[in-house]
Amino acid sequence: MSATVTWDEFTEGIWRQNPVFVMVLGLCPMLAVTVSAVNAMTMGLATMFVLVCSSALVSLMRKMVPKEVRIATYIVIIATFVTVVDYLIQAVSLELYEALGAFIQLIVVNCIILGRAEAHASKNPPLPAMINALGMSIGFFIGLFALGSVREILGAGTLFGVSLFGSGFQPWVIMVLPPGGFFVLGGWLLFFSWMGRRKQRKQTEKLAGVSGHA
Amino acid sequence: MHETAFQIFVNALLANNLVLAMFLGLCPFLGVSGRLETAFPMGMATTFVMLVASLCAYGLNLLLGHFHLEFLRLISYIVIIASAVQLVEMVLKKYSPSLFRALGIYLPLITTNCAVLGIALFQTSREYDFVQSLAFSTGGGAGFTLALVLMASVRERLQLSSVPDLVQGTALSLMLAGILSLSFMGFAGLGG
Repeated sequence: MSATVTWDEFTEGIWRQNPVFVMVLGLCPMLAVTVSAVNAMTMGLATMFVLVCSSALVSLMRKMVPKEVRIATYIVIIATFVTVVDYLIQAVSLELYEALGAFIQLIVVNCIILGRAEAHASKNPPLPAMINALGMSIGFFIGLFALGSVREILGAGTLFGVSLFGSGFQPWVIMVLPPGGFFVLGGWLLFFSWMGRRKQRKQTEKLAGVSGHA
Repeated sequence: MHETAFQIFVNALLANNLVLAMFLGLCPFLGVSGRLETAFPMGMATTFVMLVASLCAYGLNLLLGHFHLEFLRLISYIVIIASAVQLVEMVLKKYSPSLFRALGIYLPLITTNCAVLGIALFQTSREYDFVQSLAFSTGGGAGFTLALVLMASVRERLQLSSVPDLVQGTALSLMLAGILSLSFMGFAGLGG
């Protein structure tokens, strides 16, 4: 059996079904760690690893696991990979580990991962499942980065620790504090819904124009 | 640093509110806070699961520490939480089927509520003793319920007022949460 992998399976998670901006999943780790762009990227990479590995394993085991205990099985699989990532980050950079704190372990309860396992990986062969998971995690990564960079630029005047505006900049501290996370994400969602509206309006205008000429 | 149980309780309830200051448990916070009559029971159910999970996690942590099996911590916590949720689900189904239906998918989703796992993980990393863990989990649960009820009340009022079309939905809820979170920052330092 040759598995067919469609391009759509990959891009679905990046744009049409972006986990952050369209489905609004996985908010907890997202808002908590996006104080700076570096933290956000580490979180994105860690989630990517867990998501791809657990999707592959879930998909491999999809015929063995009885339906009644599937959720419990998925959770244990995910928790295993999260433990791996947790120890890995601790070994690579202790500083980063302290900054992210309990939120690495909290990847276990990231709804995106369980959602993918249930909705996609449990019904598809390993290759498409992994491709789909990769697309999803890139979408999540983009979302994290969009949030983290905006918050770091506004709240600290830096990006990746490099000062952007010189010494005269008065940092907008509230942006790196908890309320800022809500505001920035709300702002991004507003932006995307505005874009969607505009596109829709243009299309209807175009249609109206065509029928008017004809 | 030794904190009294009362300080921990107040801290978890107000100053470090799980939802508004630490971003834990946002999915049910945005999902169930549409109406007051489901928000409150949801908060109570979550609080109960938190309490059970926190107590079991405390005992389990001693056991794992005794056998040097710390790397199993995460997996075993998750299993405990899942069983506690199952328990709540069965009790609710038996005694209040209407509530059971109203909560719907969000009830089993308490398992993946980061607030519950967060409580268990934080109490471990902060090395709280038994009484402190108890105070932490009840405070956290009460804080979660408080945030949920506040949010639901605001959203119920908001349904009656006219809002621009564009900001309807999640964006609006997030902005609201931001403002609530801003006001909760006023409690900073309360617990000492």
